[in-house]
Amino acid sequence: MNQPKLNLSPKVSDEVRKTTCYMCACRCGINVHMKDGKVAYIEGNRDHPVNQGVLCAKGSAGIMQHNAPSRLRAPLKRVGERGSGEFEEISWDEAYDIAAGWLKPIRETAPEKLAFFTGRDQSQSFTSMWAQAFGTPNYAAHGGFCSVNMAAAGIYTMGGAFWEFGQPDWDRTKMFMLFGVAEDHDSNPIKMGLGKLKKRGAKVVGVNPIRSGYNAVADEWVGINPGTDGLFILAMVHELFKAGKIDLNYLAMFTNAPVLVNGDEKSEDFGLLMRDKDNKLMVIDRATGKPAAFDKKGVKPDLAGSVRDAGWTHKTVFQHMAEKYLDPQYAPENVAEKTGIAAETIKRLAAELADVAFNQAIELDIEWTDFRGETHSKMTGRPVSFHSMRGISAHANGFQTCRALHLLQIILGSVEVPGGFRFKPPYPKPPEAHPKPHCGVKPGQPLDGPHLGFVHGPDDLALKEDGSPARIDKAFTWDNPMSAHGLMHMVISNAHAGDPYKIDTLFMYMANMSWNSSMNTRGVIDMLTDKDENGDYVIPRIIYSDAYSSEMVAYADLILPDTTYLERHDCISLLDRPICEAEAAADAIRWPVVEPDRDVKGFQSALCDLGAKLGLPGFVNEDGSQKYADYGDYITNHERRPGVGPLMGFRGNGDETGRGAPNPNQLDRYIENGGFAMAHIAEDHQFYKPWNAGYQDWAVKIGIYDAPQPYVFNLWSEPMRRFQLAAEGHGTRQPPDHLRERIKTKMDPLPIWYDANEAENKADEYPITALTQRPMAMYHSWGTQNAWLRQIHGRNPLYVSQKVWDANGFAEGDWARVTSPHGEITVPVALQAALNDNTVWTWNAIGKRKGAWALEEDAPEATKGFLLNHLIHELLPPKGDGLRWSNSDPITGQAAWFDLKVRVEKAPAPSDGESQPNLKPISSPVGTGPENLAWKVGK
Amino acid sequence: MTQLPTSTEKKLGLVIDLDTCVGCHACVVSCKGWNTENYGAPLSDQNAYGADPTGTFLNRVHSFEVQPERGAAQTIHFPKSCLHCEDAPCVTVCPTGASYKRVEDGIVLVNETDCIGCGLCAWACPYGAREMDQKEGVMKKCTLCVDRIYNENLPEEDRQPACVRTCPAGARHFGDLGDETSDVSKLVAERGGIDLMPEQGTKPVNKYLPPRPKDEAAIDVLAPFLEPVAEEATGFLGWLDRTLEKL
Repeated sequence: MNQPKLNLSPKVSDEVRKTTCYMCACRCGINVHMKDGKVAYIEGNRDHPVNQGVLCAKGSAGIMQHNAPSRLRAPLKRVGERGSGEFEEISWDEAYDIAAGWLKPIRETAPEKLAFFTGRDQSQSFTSMWAQAFGTPNYAAHGGFCSVNMAAAGIYTMGGAFWEFGQPDWDRTKMFMLFGVAEDHDSNPIKMGLGKLKKRGAKVVGVNPIRSGYNAVADEWVGINPGTDGLFILAMVHELFKAGKIDLNYLAMFTNAPVLVNGDEKSEDFGLLMRDKDNKLMVIDRATGKPAAFDKKGVKPDLAGSVRDAGWTHKTVFQHMAEKYLDPQYAPENVAEKTGIAAETIKRLAAELADVAFNQAIELDIEWTDFRGETHSKMTGRPVSFHSMRGISAHANGFQTCRALHLLQIILGSVEVPGGFRFKPPYPKPPEAHPKPHCGVKPGQPLDGPHLGFVHGPDDLALKEDGSPARIDKAFTWDNPMSAHGLMHMVISNAHAGDPYKIDTLFMYMANMSWNSSMNTRGVIDMLTDKDENGDYVIPRIIYSDAYSSEMVAYADLILPDTTYLERHDCISLLDRPICEAEAAADAIRWPVVEPDRDVKGFQSALCDLGAKLGLPGFVNEDGSQKYADYGDYITNHERRPGVGPLMGFRGNGDETGRGAPNPNQLDRYIENGGFAMAHIAEDHQFYKPWNAGYQDWAVKIGIYDAPQPYVFNLWSEPMRRFQLAAEGHGTRQPPDHLRERIKTKMDPLPIWYDANEAENKADEYPITALTQRPMAMYHSWGTQNAWLRQIHGRNPLYVSQKVWDANGFAEGDWARVTSPHGEITVPVALQAALNDNTVWTWNAIGKRKGAWALEEDAPEATKGFLLNHLIHELLPPKGDGLRWSNSDPITGQAAWFDLKVRVEKAPAPSDGESQPNLKPISSPVGTGPENLAWKVGK
Repeated sequence: MTQLPTSTEKKLGLVIDLDTCVGCHACVVSCKGWNTENYGAPLSDQNAYGADPTGTFLNRVHSFEVQPERGAAQTIHFPKSCLHCEDAPCVTVCPTGASYKRVEDGIVLVNETDCIGCGLCAWACPYGAREMDQKEGVMKKCTLCVDRIYNENLPEEDRQPACVRTCPAGARHFGDLGDETSDVSKLVAERGGIDLMPEQGTKPVNKYLPPRPKDEAAIDVLAPFLEPVAEEATGFLGWLDRTLEKL
C-alpha cells in the first residue's frame, strides 16, 4: 500500500479576526481567517452568545459576498434618465456637495420635505438621531413592511415579542409550537434550539401552510389556511377556558386580568381600567373584598372581583375574557372549516398544551422576590413555548393575531417562567417605557423628539393641527394608529401622489424599493421615473446608499457607495436591535477586518461627514467643526444619556459595564474579547423579569433604564380601548367618519380574529393565497446574491399543491398564469405535496432584474426568476369612495404581503421562454462578474 | 487497479440525523469554503454569474417529499457526501492508484497529483458522491476534512470536519464507527441508524439516522381531551369562584 504522506497539520491562517456577520439579520459572531491580508475562510465564533460556533450557509458564503463583483466602487452621479442605470463616478467631496446642496435649503425652509428611510438598517438609533437632528418627521426603517405587528403586539401586550425580544427556554421546554416561521428570523438560534429539542425528544409542532425547513422536521405539521392563525389560537383559548386549564394564580399576580374595567357606559372612561387616587390600577383584594392597588404588598388580586357603583358594575378584565372566549364562535367545530384544521386536532392540541403546562410543570429551587416584596421559594415552570414571525404578522389581521398568541402564552402561565418563553434584555420593557412618536417640525431646528414610538391614545397621533397626517407615510394616523415602525412601503406611493404632501428629496439606505422591497414593483418604477407637466421628476431628488449594484441603484440621482460588512464599523447596540440572551445582556461590534480597496465608505461614516457639513446639532462641535470623524468615533464617544452609550462593555477605564464614561480604547477591548461583550444575569434574576425585584435593580445598574419599572401584562390593552372610545364619539380628537366603524371593530382591547381583507381582495374570484418564503441559504440580496449561494437557490418556481396541480392538469415544465385583482404574471410551476391545498408560494427575492447584481442577462434569476410583488398593490382595490386604502394592517400599518389572493391557470410557455413581466435590462455600473472562479488566497 | 486495505485501524465517518436536518445547506457551504482554501485544488465554479452556474461541491443537500399511507405528505432533507465505504468501488476502479483508502482511519481520498481525471471512480460510485473539478480536471470528494481532524494548529475542539462544526441543528456527528463504544456508534445503535443502499455491497461507513414517526398525537386520542368545567360564561364564573377559594 503506497499511501502518500499528507501534511495533517497545515497552517490554517495567519490570523483570526473576530467580528459580526451581516449576511442576514441574525448577527452571529464570526472568525475571519486571514491569509496574506486577505479573507481566506469564515467560520462561527464558539464564544459568541448568538451562534456559539455554528454558522449557516449564508455566513460561510460571506467570503463570496465580500468579494462579489456587484460591489459598487465609487460615488455615482446619474447622467442618463432615471432608471437607465447610466452614471458617472465622482469623488466623495463632489457627492457631499451635491447632497448638501439639496438638503441644506430643505432644512432651512421645510425639513419635512426630506424623507429619510433606512431599510434593513442595523443602526437605527444612529440614523434616527441624524434624522431628528435634521428636523424631518419622515424617518423610519423597514419594520413597517417586515414584522411590526409582531414587535408592536408583543410590546403592547407583554413588553416584548419574539426573536430579538425573547426566546423559548430551549433547555427546559417540553412542547414547542412554531407559527408562521419560514426559514428565517432568527436563523441559527432556532436551528440550534430545534436541535436541542430533538435531542431531548421534546415535541415540535409547526403551524404553517408550507411544510419546508423547520416545519419539515416538526413532529406534527398543522397545514393551516393562511391568515387564520388567530382563529385557531382563539379556538385553543376557548378550549382551555372551557376546561379551566388556565394559570389563575399567574394571571392574578402578573397580568391585568384582575384589574377592574370601568363598566359605566355613560362615562368617558367606559372600558378603561380603573385606578385609585394614586393613579394605580385597581383590583379587588380577595383577602378583604375591598378595592386595592394592584401592587400593594400582600394583595391577593381577585379575578372574580367586581364593584357596583351608581347602577353600573365594574368587572375584572378576566370576566370580560371569559365571556369573550367562551363564545361559541371560537368553538373548534365552528372554526374548523375556516382554518382548515379538524376540530379534533384543535381540541387535541389544546389538551396537549394543557397536559404539558399543568401536568408536567417543572420547579426550580430558586428563591426570588417579586415587586410587591413577597419572596417565593421556588420558580414554577410551564414548559410549553412558542415562536412566531411574519407568517402570522404580515396579514391585515396580524396585530390582533400576534396578540392572540401572546394571550395563549399568558393564560398558560408560560411567559418568563422555566420551560416557557423568556425575555432578553433590554426586554421586558412595557409600552410606557418607550418614547411616544414626535412630529414637531421647525425650519432649521431638530425635531422635537424621536420619530417612532408607542402611542397610548388619540392624543399621541402624529397629526397636524388641521388633522392631516404629519408624516409622509401616514404613520400614527387614524388609518393605522399604532404604526410603531412607520410604513416604508407607502413612502414612494404617497410621495408620488402628493398625499398628504409633496416632498423634495427621498434619501434611502439598503432598501430595494424598485424591486423586491416594494409592493407593486412595476408601478413603483413608474412613480420613481414619472415627470410632471414641466418635465421635472414628480419625486424631485433621490439619494441612495447601497454596497451593491441592486435594482434600486438605477433609480437614484446620487449614490453613496457603502462598504461590505467586513470593511466597516458597526455596533449591535442595546439602544437598538439587541442580540442579548435570556441569561445575559450582550452587544457586539463590526470592525474593518480588511480595508476597502474601492472608493467606498460605511454609510454611517458618510452620515457623520454629511451631518457635519449640514451643521446638524450633535454632529458638530461648538466651534462648528466635525464632531465624529467616522462611525467608529461615534460608537466610542457618543453618550445617549450620561454614562450610557452605544456599547455597554468596557466603559470608563475599561472595567465598567453598562454605565461609565466613554473609553477611547473601547473598540480595541471589544476586538480583544472576540467582538462582543456580555453581562450575565444572576440565577435568581433570570425568570419573572418584569416582576423580579432583583432583575429590575440589575437592569437599572447596567443602564437599561434609570429606575425599576415592574408592570403587569396588558391582556386588556388600554391604548386600543382609547382609540375605540374615540370612534364611539368620546373625546375631542375624532377619527374621520370613513374609519370610525373600522376602529370600533378592529381595535378591540382584547385579542380578536377577523378575516384579513378577504372581501376587499376578492377571495371569491381569487380563491388561492399566494405566499413567499425565504430559503435558509438565501436571505436578502444584500447578503446572499453570490456565486456559491446562487447555485443552491438560483431558481424559484411557483410551488403549487396537489389539488391545484391536478385541477390544472399541470405537468413538469409547465407554466402558469397567476392573476390577482391587481395584475398578472406568467411563471414556471412545480408540485409540492406537503402544502396547504389552497396555497401557492415561491422563494422570495430570488428573481433579479437584468443588469443588476453583476449577473449575466441570461442568468436564471433574470430569465425564469420572478417576483410576486407584481401581483400585490400597496393599496387595496378601489372601493369607489375615491379614497386610497393602504394594503396594511389597520392597527399598525404593517404591509399585508400575505393577504395576496390569486387565480392560477395553466398557460402556454411565454414566447421568449422567460417569466413575465420581463422588464427591460438596466445598465450596470459595475459590469458582470467573471465567468469562472477558483478562489484560493493562500499558497 | 487499486487495492483496498484489508482492514483499517479506525472507521472514521459521519452520522447524519435525518430527523433533525432542516435542510439549511450550512454544511454544504462550510465544506465549500474550507475545501476551496485547503486540501488540493480549489473547488471551482463555472458560469459563476451566468446561466446555469456549475461548481464543485463535496457535499450537497437533496430534498424529497414522502407520501405516507395515512396523513399529510412529508419533506425530508437528505445531505449526501462520500460515505467512505469499506468496500469502496471508487478505489478499486482507479487505474492510477490516485484513489485510496487510508489504513489509519479508513478515509477515502484522491491523491490529486496522480489523478488523471478519467472519471472512472465517479462512474463506479453508486452514490454520485464524487465530482470532477472542471477547471483542475481532477476528481474531488469529501476528505472528511483530513486536514482539520488531526490539525495541531487548530484548537482540539475544532478538530472535526467543517460540516460538523458548523451544523446549526446538530444533525451531523463525527467519530469512529469501528469502535462500538464511541458516541457515534452508540447513537447509531439507539436510533436505528442505517446504511445508504446496503444492497450495493459497498459497506458505507457513514450512517443515517431515520426520521422519527410524524404527525402522531402525544396523548391518548381515545381519552376525552379536556373535561369542560363549564359550557358558558355564567357556569365558568361559578367554577372560578370555587377554584379561587381553594387557591
